[in-house]
Amino acid sequence: MNELPALLVALPIVGSIVAFLASLVRTRSGWYVAVATLAVHTVAAVALAERVFTEGQLSYVVGGFTAPYGIELVVDGLSATMVVLVAVVSLGVLAYARVAGPRSNPFYATYLLLVTGLTGVSVTGDLFNMYVFLEILGLAAYALVASGERGESAVAGLKYLIVGTVGASLFLLGVGYAFVATGTLNMADLSVKLAEVGYTSPLVRAAFGLLVVGLFVKVAVFPLHTWQPTAYAGAPDSVSALVAALVSTVAAYALVRVTLSVFTVEFLVANPLARQLMVVAAAVSIVVGSVLAVAQTDLKRMLAYSSVSQFGLVVAAVAVTTETALTGAAIHLVGHAVMKGGLFLAVGLVAASTGTRLIAGYDGLSQRLPGAAGSVAVLALAMVGVPPAVGFVGKWYVALGAVEARAWPIAVVIFLSTLLTLAYFARLIERMYFREPPEWATDIDEAVDTDADTGGVADVATDGAGPRAVSTGMRATVLAAAVLAVLLGLAAVEYGQLLEPTVERLLS
Amino acid sequence: MSAVVPVGIIDLLATRSYYLVTFLLLGVGTYTMIASDNYVKKVIGLNLFQVGVFLFFIAAAYVDGANPPLLDEPGPYVSPLPHVLILTAIVVGVSLTAVALGLVVRIYAEYGTLDDDVVREVRADE
Repeated sequence: MNELPALLVALPIVGSIVAFLASLVRTRSGWYVAVATLAVHTVAAVALAERVFTEGQLSYVVGGFTAPYGIELVVDGLSATMVVLVAVVSLGVLAYARVAGPRSNPFYATYLLLVTGLTGVSVTGDLFNMYVFLEILGLAAYALVASGERGESAVAGLKYLIVGTVGASLFLLGVGYAFVATGTLNMADLSVKLAEVGYTSPLVRAAFGLLVVGLFVKVAVFPLHTWQPTAYAGAPDSVSALVAALVSTVAAYALVRVTLSVFTVEFLVANPLARQLMVVAAAVSIVVGSVLAVAQTDLKRMLAYSSVSQFGLVVAAVAVTTETALTGAAIHLVGHAVMKGGLFLAVGLVAASTGTRLIAGYDGLSQRLPGAAGSVAVLALAMVGVPPAVGFVGKWYVALGAVEARAWPIAVVIFLSTLLTLAYFARLIERMYFREPPEWATDIDEAVDTDADTGGVADVATDGAGPRAVSTGMRATVLAAAVLAVLLGLAAVEYGQLLEPTVERLLS
Repeated sequence: MSAVVPVGIIDLLATRSYYLVTFLLLGVGTYTMIASDNYVKKVIGLNLFQVGVFLFFIAAAYVDGANPPLLDEPGPYVSPLPHVLILTAIVVGVSLTAVALGLVVRIYAEYGTLDDDVVREVRADE
């Protein structure tokens, strides 16, 4: 089964085509195709991860062209983690999207295409191939963001497209610089040849700068985050959750790969300025992201700014480059995906019941929707970093790594980030648990109940603020995310040990 | 110093003109994307920006006095790899333009305008 990495990329493409063609036979069959495809995809992803964690790094040469010339797929512990994360989260969001929609076949075809892009970026060992997959995932993400019914979605999608494409083009230009300097595109080969060219060569420095800035746009590091709040707020709830959980995460993975596998730690040692700039970008992202999050009234926008802040932590870990920090970054990437995805789904669930996405609308939610309020509270506290949740473990490792590296300013910012995260989540929890529900709220809840009784499921709007039907799948997904956020925290230390050989290889 | 710089620039213009055009295109593209309020013009700016990157690759592949990389031509050859890469990138660029224009059509149908400022005003009123 050496072909597993290639199959993982090919399977969702096939599923995407099938979902598209199936609409000719029967409309609204896309969901079933997507579930079937992603179920197989998840099994394959887990099988691959199991192999990688027991046997070590795995590589596959596409089309039989030997390694430095052809495209190589390389799967190490970190890529395997991403592949499993992508598979599990996208399958989970499907359970939510069953009733919440959007429900058209083209939507699911695009959904599967996004999974293709995400998986592709995770497994590729070739820099140009990474660009292509970044664009595939970008294209799918733009289309998905725009799949809401309101005009707002289309505007958000177009803005995301323009900013995202500039980011990807800068990445491509960086690939060009690296190619001109070395004549190769294979990552392993590049790391050797870039060292031969010399890390202080202007060409190599420019390549690094362009690649990293391009990826910063995709990760949404301040001040290149401007696409993110509009995109998350404009997209349908299931799409916000999927994109927020996976797209920036995989871009951050690409950042780790480019910085450490292609340019290596020696590059950062030879160019202290590059490292300092990354640290500054991370610190500014953490602080400003949180401050902007506090200022929001719309919950989806608040969560988007929270992502800007959380990904600052990951960038900080990449810049600090100690084993502990990188393990923390991997844990935080997984944890953040589960927590943020869960939070977006929870917001969608609450919006479906109460019709509001405003923070002010969460007054007394614990009395109206105890399950949803509890899940939001657990996920929010996990994000703040309350032990034993996964948010704590990730932040703890990154902070510890920063202390080990004696990078005191960033260590202070990381510890501070916990307080900052608390600043915007605490008021939400306060509103949910310590305030009385407004009078109008009870009316709406009753309206939803009658709507569900009369089979309101069939004519659910895919977007808009009005109350809609809530399915068991939606509730179960949100609950599962909350439980997972805590359970992953308990498993994180063991996972850190599993990841040890991968991290050592990244830093060597 | 003052005597060297002009000669350097002329030299640069003569031998590296493609790279200058590359960065000119990148600049014009970026400016159009930022300065224009019209969505279609923003997409045009985006295309210019991408073409700048394409040109960079193609210019980098060129070798003075070399032949196309064909078996019946004598060497040296120009590098074929960047051409193939850019062929892929052009396909990506075309798909992006298609999606972008699709969104522009939807925005026009929804708001009846292509002007970013007007759309923002309409949304603020909602």
